[in-house]
Amino acid sequence: MHYLRAVATIALKDLRSEFRSKEAINASLSFAMVVLLLLSFAFDPSSEQAREFSGGLLWLVFAFAGTLILNRSFARELGNDCLDALLASPLPSWALYVGKCISNWLLLMALELACLPVFGIFYSIDWTVRFDGLLLVIGLATWALTVIGTMFSALTVNLRLRELMLPILVYPMMIPALLGAIQLTTDLLAGRPLSADNMLWLRLLVGFDVIYTALAVALVDTVLIG
Amino acid sequence: MREKILYAIGIVTGALLVRNLYVILLQLPDEAKQDAIWRIFCFHLPAAIVSFTGFFVALVFSLIYLAKRNLKWDALAASATEVSFALAIVTLVTGSIWARIIWGVWWAWDPRLTSYFICLLIYSGYLMLRRVIDEPTTRGRLSSVLSIFGFTNIVIVWKSIEWWATLHPGPVLSIRSGGGGRMNPAMESAAWWNVLAIGLLTVMFVAMRMRQEDTRRELDALRRLAHTI
Repeated sequence: MHYLRAVATIALKDLRSEFRSKEAINASLSFAMVVLLLLSFAFDPSSEQAREFSGGLLWLVFAFAGTLILNRSFARELGNDCLDALLASPLPSWALYVGKCISNWLLLMALELACLPVFGIFYSIDWTVRFDGLLLVIGLATWALTVIGTMFSALTVNLRLRELMLPILVYPMMIPALLGAIQLTTDLLAGRPLSADNMLWLRLLVGFDVIYTALAVALVDTVLIG
Repeated sequence: MREKILYAIGIVTGALLVRNLYVILLQLPDEAKQDAIWRIFCFHLPAAIVSFTGFFVALVFSLIYLAKRNLKWDALAASATEVSFALAIVTLVTGSIWARIIWGVWWAWDPRLTSYFICLLIYSGYLMLRRVIDEPTTRGRLSSVLSIFGFTNIVIVWKSIEWWATLHPGPVLSIRSGGGGRMNPAMESAAWWNVLAIGLLTVMFVAMRMRQEDTRRELDALRRLAHTI
């Protein structure tokens, strides 16, 4: 109970500071719009083809824009030695990590749900057909991105060349989850329900979430303290 | 003593490689469907097996480092990863040459190829991460964690062959039950002998790389000493 309160405190602290400054969410939202626009130049957005790789487009946008939020997660604590203070507090590192994951997940979900209507308008795709399934997939895949992104944000926080290292480390790790998310989202946007055909990908997403959450929680102490 | 063992392994490896080349190039005939190009398999498969094993061994060394915090284990993990990385590139290049002849393209976005490529990217991240951290204990700690994450990803790659529909040739070795054992025994044994040769070569490279790491640590210590004086 004590730990749960610690996790909630960290998550609320991060959300509050983000709502006050709005740095990460504004930057990532405008970046998402830029990517959505740029992708429309790569092919004809009104064609039938667009529907076939709509899932891929959407997740590319989410992954690129999302990492802007995730990357800042630990780096923002460097000013005024906040990270040292947090680590010196009686809070266990995993609670710090999970708290940050929760706030990042909520921010990413907000970003993605804001992108969906814009995406629907730009590429004339009806994303409301299987919205409940889509919400489940987005929730699971976003947790996968969050777990990896936050962990690597912690891992690279004290490095020189942090901004260069993060994308190199983060994107290859995210690929299995992105792959599952892309397959499922394309199916759902085309109106196909979650069924035995695509259950494998859903299982992949759940497995990815469970495995990497467990690994990260077990290893975050080693990463942050030593 | 350690030096002598290294030389002995070197001589055995050299002799074995010459013997294997003789068997593969001169003794064994062309394959019925693939012609001469099947021979590349004798390097492709051993490189793949040894690099996979190497990444796993690196994971074990990383775990031992995290438990014992002795930099020797970190150096071993790094050396094993570096050599396996080189072998993984050999796997991809030989596979690509084979694909050009048999499939007609250099690269196909087949799941197994793609996943292998992803692993390569992950370990290139590992090697780059090591370069940007100067402090040896931090370097050991963070790269060990990355090795654990990276290998977990390899497991997903290994499973991927069963999960995704694949263009990559199915298992042909006799140890794989179900669809296995279609390969000519003489050809298969040539590939296994090469697994041994390349495995020994890897052990030698890792040992050599370890010696370099030892020397570098000594140099670092001396430099620090010079600074304090």
